[in-house]
Amino acid sequence: MSSVLVIAEHAGGKLNASTAKCVKAAGTLAGAEVVVAVFAPPGSAVAAQAAQLAGVARVLDVQHSANEHALAATLAPQVAAVAAPFSHVFGPSTTFGKDLMPRVAALLDAPQVSDVMAMESARRFRRPIYAGNAITTVEVASEKIVATIRIASFEAAGGGGSAKIEVVTPKAELPSHTRFVGLAAAGGDRPDLQSASKVISGGRALASSDAFKLIYSLADKIGAAVGASRAAVDAGYVPSDMQVGQTGKIIAPELYIAIGISGAIQHLTGIKDARTIVAINKDSEAPIFEVADIGLVGDLFTIVPELEKLIDASKK
Amino acid sequence: MENRKILVAIKRVVDYNVRIRVKPDGSGVVLDGVKLSINPFDAIAIEEALRIKEAGHADEVIVATIGPADCQATLRNALAMGAQRALHVVADAPLEPLATARVLLKLVERESPFLVILGKQAIDDDNNQTGQMLAAVWNRPQATFASKIELADGKAKVTREVDAGLETLEIDLPAVVTTDLRLNEPRFVKLPEIMKAKSKPLVTIPLADVGGAGSARVKITKTEPPAGRQKGIRVKDAGELFAELHKRGLV
Repeated sequence: MSSVLVIAEHAGGKLNASTAKCVKAAGTLAGAEVVVAVFAPPGSAVAAQAAQLAGVARVLDVQHSANEHALAATLAPQVAAVAAPFSHVFGPSTTFGKDLMPRVAALLDAPQVSDVMAMESARRFRRPIYAGNAITTVEVASEKIVATIRIASFEAAGGGGSAKIEVVTPKAELPSHTRFVGLAAAGGDRPDLQSASKVISGGRALASSDAFKLIYSLADKIGAAVGASRAAVDAGYVPSDMQVGQTGKIIAPELYIAIGISGAIQHLTGIKDARTIVAINKDSEAPIFEVADIGLVGDLFTIVPELEKLIDASKK
Repeated sequence: MENRKILVAIKRVVDYNVRIRVKPDGSGVVLDGVKLSINPFDAIAIEEALRIKEAGHADEVIVATIGPADCQATLRNALAMGAQRALHVVADAPLEPLATARVLLKLVERESPFLVILGKQAIDDDNNQTGQMLAAVWNRPQATFASKIELADGKAKVTREVDAGLETLEIDLPAVVTTDLRLNEPRFVKLPEIMKAKSKPLVTIPLADVGGAGSARVKITKTEPPAGRQKGIRVKDAGELFAELHKRGLV
C-alpha cells in the first residue's frame, strides 16, 4: 500500500494553497495514507492548518529555528530523514518544491517525476514535456518515488479534517553554508499571480506603463492578480516578475482575461490550463482568439472602462 | 589563491523555435531533421561564467556535456562564445537527472571548480532537477533560478526568481547556481571566434570512466499531444461580455 508524505509549503505562518492540491493529488492513489510534514520555526501554527485538510491522516510537525526560511539545503536533510518510511514524497511544482524536491530525491537515491498532472497508478504518472506541447506517461521502477505536483492540474483538498499532529525531531545535520538575506515581494496587496483564481493580463497594445492603470483598476474590482505578456515586459511597461508564459509564470486560474495580447505561442503555453479565457483585442485575427472561450474584438481603451462600470453597477 | 575555475554543464536540445510534433504512434516527438541547439538556459549559464571571468573573478571557464558524438558541435559553440576548454562525456542514450548529477560530480572532483553553473532546466524534458541533485551529491550550497550573481570573499550573493518575488541568498563557495531567463542575454558568436574554437582543447571521456549511466528507473511508455480547447464564442461589446461573465458566475 502507498504511503505519501506531502511536504507543506508555507510562508508568514500561513499554509500555501499548493499544499491542499498536493494532498488532493496524493488522495487519488488508491488506499494511500496521506501524511503532511510541516518544517517551520518554533511556535509555528502551520501544522494545525495542515491538520484541517480533508484526507490527511497525520501531520508531522518539525519545528527548528533553522526553518525560519525555506532553504532547500537546510530542509532537504530533514525531509530525507522523515521520509524513510514512505513510498512517495510529494512537493508542489512551485519554485519552493522545484528547488527542494530534487535535492531530497538525490539524498534518498530516488528518481523524481516532475510536474505530475495525473496519477494512473502508484507507479504510473502523466507529465508534460516541451513546455506542455507533449504529454508523456511514465512508469517508475523504484521502491521510493519523489514527485512534484503540477498544482494547475489538481483541485485543492477541502477543509473540515482533524488529523493528529505528531511532533517530530529528525536526526539530520543541518548546513550553515546557505543563508537567507532577503525577499523583495512582488505585487503588494493584490493576489499572488501564481495562485490567484482570477488573473488579468495586459499586452503590448497598452502602449505605456501608465495605461496599465486600466488593468490594475479592473483587477482590483474583481479581486484579480495582474500579469503581462512578454512583449509588455520587454517594452518596459511592467516588471519581469509579472510575465505570464513559458518563460514567465505558467498559471491556471478560473478566469483569465487577456487584454491587448496577441497570443504568441510562448504566452499561450502559460495560460492553456485556465478554466475560462477571455480575450479583448482589436485585431480579430489575433491567435489569442483561437484559445479564447469568450472573445471581444474592439478597442481596449473604451471596452475596459465600460466593463469596469458595469461591474461597479452590478455591486450596487 | 584557491582554484579559480568555473564549470558550466550544458545540454543539446531541440531548438526553442521548433514547433514540437508528436509521432502518431505515441513513441515520442519527431526528432528527425529537427534543428538542435544549446539549451537556452545553458547558454545563459555560459554567458554568466564568461562575465564572471571578464570581471576578474575567475581564470577559466570549462564547459561540459554528456551525449552522443555529434554533441561536440554544441561544445564547439560554447568554446566559440569564449569558454577555454570542453569536456565531452560520451553517452549514446540519455541519462536520468540523478545519474547526470553523479557524472557531473566526477567532473567536479577532477576539476575542483569554485562554481558550477547550469541552466535551471532543459527545455526538452523540463525536469528541473540536475543542478539541485548535483548540489546534494556534492553536499554544497545551491542557488536555483538565479537572476543576479555577485561574488565576493569566497561567497556568492544570488538573487533568485521565486513565486513570491525576488529572494536573495548568501552561499559559501564552492556552490551550484542554476540560471533563470533574466540573468543575462547571451552574446552572439562572431565568425573569427568560431575558427578559433576549433583549436581549443576538447577532451573526450568515456562514460564508464565517470560513473556510468546508472540505473534507468523512469521509463516513458507513451507520448501524446496535449488536449485541445473547445471552440469559444464571440461577443460584440462590453455589455455582452459582462452579461456572459455574470452568467458564468465569474464577476
